[in-house]
Amino acid sequence: MQVTSSVREPLVTGGKSYHDVTHDVSRQVEGKPSLSWFLAFLTAAGVLGLGSIALIATLWEGIGMWGLNKTIGWAWDITNFVWWVGIGHAGTLISAVLLLFRQKWRTSINRAAEAMTIFAVICAAMFPVIHMGRPWLGAYWALPLPNTFGSLWVNFNSPLLWDVFAISTYFSVSLVFWYIGLIPDFATIRDRATGLRKTIYGALSFGWDGAAKTWMRYESVSLILAGLATPLVLSVHTIVSFDFATSVIPGWHTTIFPPYFVAGAIFSGFAMVLTLMIITRKVFKLEDYITMGHIELMNIVIIITGSIVGIAYITEFFIAWYSGVAAEQYAFINRATGPYWWAYWSMMTCNVISPQLFWFKKIRTSIVATFILSLVVNIGMWFERFVIIVTSLHRDYLPSSWAMFYPTWADIGVYLFTFGLFFTLFFLFAKFFPVINMAEVKSVLKSSSEKAAK
Amino acid sequence: MERDTHFVLGVYEDEDVLLDAVKQVRSSGVKIHEVYSPYPVHGLEHVLGYKRSRLPIAAFLFGILGTTLALTMQFYMMKFDWPMIIGGKDYAAFPDFIPVSFEMTVLLAAFGMVGVFMVSSNLKPWAQPRIFDVRITDDKHVMAIDIANNSAMDQEKIKEILKSSGATEVNNKSFDE
Repeated sequence: MQVTSSVREPLVTGGKSYHDVTHDVSRQVEGKPSLSWFLAFLTAAGVLGLGSIALIATLWEGIGMWGLNKTIGWAWDITNFVWWVGIGHAGTLISAVLLLFRQKWRTSINRAAEAMTIFAVICAAMFPVIHMGRPWLGAYWALPLPNTFGSLWVNFNSPLLWDVFAISTYFSVSLVFWYIGLIPDFATIRDRATGLRKTIYGALSFGWDGAAKTWMRYESVSLILAGLATPLVLSVHTIVSFDFATSVIPGWHTTIFPPYFVAGAIFSGFAMVLTLMIITRKVFKLEDYITMGHIELMNIVIIITGSIVGIAYITEFFIAWYSGVAAEQYAFINRATGPYWWAYWSMMTCNVISPQLFWFKKIRTSIVATFILSLVVNIGMWFERFVIIVTSLHRDYLPSSWAMFYPTWADIGVYLFTFGLFFTLFFLFAKFFPVINMAEVKSVLKSSSEKAAK
Repeated sequence: MERDTHFVLGVYEDEDVLLDAVKQVRSSGVKIHEVYSPYPVHGLEHVLGYKRSRLPIAAFLFGILGTTLALTMQFYMMKFDWPMIIGGKDYAAFPDFIPVSFEMTVLLAAFGMVGVFMVSSNLKPWAQPRIFDVRITDDKHVMAIDIANNSAMDQEKIKEILKSSGATEVNNKSFDE
């Protein structure tokens, strides 16, 4: 039936049978958590607890706890927001875009990447909500609800409102897409279990029976959801970039922002997927499913998107000069040589130079190098957002208003809180949910495993 | 209920054997109740003679509903209910309404389609599925044949057909409901 080219690398190594796939993945859910899992989980929960002190202080006292001033009204909060949303782009890209392009290698990484997406978007959404100052009233400011402030509605001309719709749609559609994929795997765990676990996973599996008719509908739903999620994922970071691009601040007011932000999002998202996958495959002994081939392909995506981001930085600089607008030219010269030069050059080094190392096959097929570079890329992408946001604001129109931004302990603490939240959720997911999509891996096993190639 | 409770099951190991088996069994006049698999087998719905799913149509209709609702809401709020000049734009600044309309289209299309899928496939947390064989969600494909639906044919004959089509095991399964 299916023809496999002998030059393609196998997607699953180690001569796995269908039952081996079930066993290798379900084993993590069924067994007692390992000591290393407990240590990792407790560390994450500890960071979450520490960070929550800063979060509570911010909610109690107001956002005056942060280092913002009258010149720099947006700094770490929006930087962290854009950074987390960017990270949250890889999951849907892997599961939706690669599904449309029939890239079978997505099958063993899509589950964890989508989980990461959902948790990253939760972390991202925290920041605009906290930034409202009184988030318990936020629903009136963010949603078109009838209210007693007069019949004043939310402003549909504002990109900030578009963001509310984009992020909430993205979050809920990604969650549904992820859950639909989980249903058959929950059924697998249900059928292996007894007692309480059977009841819990039975409810989670929604009474899945694996009938051919249900699979037909499932495939239809997956394909349409992928078709919907692909423009959706591109729209989300486009709209995030509109928050800046539609303003009249020199350094923000550029038409290059939407594609540049989307490329940056994929770049940082793949880096985060790599960071998590390298740990997960090691801890859960899944090296036969998440192979060197997967890591190499993801590194290639990083070279491409990293290069797009690099070209965007250079184009921005060139257009600032070529436009002949003095304010625009100053904004960019100031980025590279002003008081925040160190942030700018950290960004350039981490995002433009470091991913180019992946041209060397030795580096892109080295676990250690990939792990380090995946961290470097995300540090770089954090600096990119910081540079765009803070350096464009800190030189106001009047030199008397020029200022610097210094983070307070609350800024750092709230950022730590989201790290704690992200990793706590991810570790819980890794323990209680099947981290690899068993059904989809089985569907490519016959045509693309090492065993089949023989 | 007497109907639908006594089954003959053919267990298959390989997806390509299964596809051929479905064709053979159907051409020998046996009505197949359903085939159960651990993963989606491509082409199975064709050999079973299922009609194409109409879920894409549901998604399209829900999507149109989303666009309509979003545009109606925005025009009503911004142009009719509380008109304000914002940024020197027209009250009904149509291009500004596109992003929200797009997001609402996707949201309703996705949720509507998934909702229809859940209802049509009877997927709900409290559903009690008939589990023909626990290995269905692991590594075996199972073809279920309803005896009441094939009363014209002898049970032993059905078993024979299943065996000759490549089934590695042939079992009986009854549900008391």
